[in-house]
Amino acid sequence: MNIHEYQAKELFKKYGIPVPDGAVAFTVDEAEETAERLGYPVVVKAQIHAGGRGKGGGVKLAGSADELKSAAGEILGMDLVTHQTGPEGKTVKKILVEQGLNIKKELYLSIIPDRVTAKIVIMASEAGGMDIEEVAEKNPEKIIKVFIDPLIGIQAFHCREAAFGLNLSPGPMKQLNAILKNLYELLVHYDCSQVEINPLIITEDDNVIALDAKINFDDNALYRHKDILEYRDIDEEDPLEVEASRFNLNYIKMDGNVGNMVNGAGLAMATMDIIKQVGAEPANFLDVGGGASAEMVENGFRIILSDKNVKGILINIFGGILRCDILAKGVVQAAEKIGINVPVVIRMEGTNVDEGRKILAESGLNLITAVDLKDAANRVAEIVK
Amino acid sequence: MSIFVDKNTRLLVQGITGKEGLFHTTQCIAYGTNVVAGVTPGKGGRQVENVPVFNTVKEAVSKTGANCSMIFVPPAFAADAVMEAADGGIELVVAITEGIPVMDMIKVKNFLAGKKTRLIGPNCPGIITPGQCKVGIMPAPIHRPHGPIGVVSRSGTLTYEVVKQLTLKGIGQSTCVGIGGDPVNGTNFIDCLDAFQKDPDTKGIVMVGEIGGTAEEEAADFIVKNVDKPVVGFIAGLTAPPGRRMGHAGAIISGSSGTAQGKISKMKGCGIRVCEDLGAFGDLCEEVFRF
Repeated sequence: MNIHEYQAKELFKKYGIPVPDGAVAFTVDEAEETAERLGYPVVVKAQIHAGGRGKGGGVKLAGSADELKSAAGEILGMDLVTHQTGPEGKTVKKILVEQGLNIKKELYLSIIPDRVTAKIVIMASEAGGMDIEEVAEKNPEKIIKVFIDPLIGIQAFHCREAAFGLNLSPGPMKQLNAILKNLYELLVHYDCSQVEINPLIITEDDNVIALDAKINFDDNALYRHKDILEYRDIDEEDPLEVEASRFNLNYIKMDGNVGNMVNGAGLAMATMDIIKQVGAEPANFLDVGGGASAEMVENGFRIILSDKNVKGILINIFGGILRCDILAKGVVQAAEKIGINVPVVIRMEGTNVDEGRKILAESGLNLITAVDLKDAANRVAEIVK
Repeated sequence: MSIFVDKNTRLLVQGITGKEGLFHTTQCIAYGTNVVAGVTPGKGGRQVENVPVFNTVKEAVSKTGANCSMIFVPPAFAADAVMEAADGGIELVVAITEGIPVMDMIKVKNFLAGKKTRLIGPNCPGIITPGQCKVGIMPAPIHRPHGPIGVVSRSGTLTYEVVKQLTLKGIGQSTCVGIGGDPVNGTNFIDCLDAFQKDPDTKGIVMVGEIGGTAEEEAADFIVKNVDKPVVGFIAGLTAPPGRRMGHAGAIISGSSGTAQGKISKMKGCGIRVCEDLGAFGDLCEEVFRF
């Protein structure tokens, strides 16, 4: 789960990680109120989940009340397009208004639980404010990595390793050490999958401050962080995905017109791939689970059919524990209940497949039974042509 | 022969009294797996399916000589269950549970470092040596016993798909291991490749991967140096959008890392025959695996 910058900064404050003074605003008036309190100059930052906001025109400096009004007015309500939003952009509904600071140096700092080493890893770089992937590619030596054993936790030497690597003077070094310890505590306590500060700045008067803040959370751990769930902003999510999440379905909306429903994530991805291979485009990813029930299948149909682009549906089920005859009954029931107005191609394999095929054939519904995966993909591609 | 599980496996089921745990215990017993014990804290002293239930793993091990554990404990308690199994001296822990927080798994992984316990999973279908022992939730009938092919995969139903295609071609399997779809797991591709390479009855290897992480790339490098048996690979997720978690917690493209295309070209470059048409997976295996 992602949260907004202003929410991440709330958590930073709670953990003693310095951030610029500021507040979130939903209107120009609110923005002005905050700016008057802070004093000019202020920075106005669009609050959407996507990165690359600055380049898209979602971050502006305002030196006066007039400038603030025009900046806030421009950003609020704009469809902000960044490399992460897609071409249609994302409508900005709130902005963060913060004090402007004199920046001496920009650093990069992030902390993640690393899947490869199974350690907590701090990444720091003097190349702050830049795309860190680009830095990693072109100048990997500019990135310092500190590996922390989670059973031991962060130690002073870990912090020194990062701070000396960043060539900090004693004042900022001391502040960075505290920031690193607090970041570590924040990451571990809230099960973050990433905390990134880009840039972490050193001001002219040698204060170290998190100018930006990005936090992602491990969805599997949200059950133990009810306070984080309150940060969820469904405006940032696809409406169909929100609907699917209510049914505990793993659904991701795509741009094509072949809806598909599969049991198991790996097989679901492979099914999307094969749809593309035969010249069609998948409309979604939908994993109804390795042991899907008839009810899950019904809900899956509902979600897929809510996508008006869908011209045909491919169902690919490998019946293991879930028997094909049970599944076929579920499909027939769902079809009768919901009323399916597009052709459905079904490929089933596994336990009781013959009984399953018989049920589908005798249902009298517009269900096309495919002999194998390739056949299924070809048939559905033919339909949507 | 086989890897990791065989006729000598003495299985303990953690979470045996839950709905899933009980159902799959029954299935494993029906397949011939020697299930010697169950553990559910607070339910010690009972019997389910003629299997004695204990309160702790230590007690179960000392009374039954269990050497392998299969875990069906809910995600919030699963990491604890894995560590209890390792602490109790279990040699092989197979964690079926899906949805364990990454931070928990990172702790588990560091806890297991230096211990003799091997962890398979979590978020996996388990492991089967066809004809001998099934420790997991995979449908048994799709497998063909005493075969020459070792299978290792990050996925569940996708593994069933490729195993079924192998079986339809008359190609049996030595052992099939599901290593799971989580970002932090126990046994990885390399562990399985190494074991299959050393297993005299395994003549060829099938490796099924997906987007996210770099495990397939590392496995490809390992194969070049250490595996002389033929390897057929498959990677799911060519159409997956970046930055989205595709069902499995570990299946996510981060920036330019973890793409299917990157994995496929790396694997090809390392001499792995990568199947690009899942519908014809069996055909490719028939062509490559001629012994």
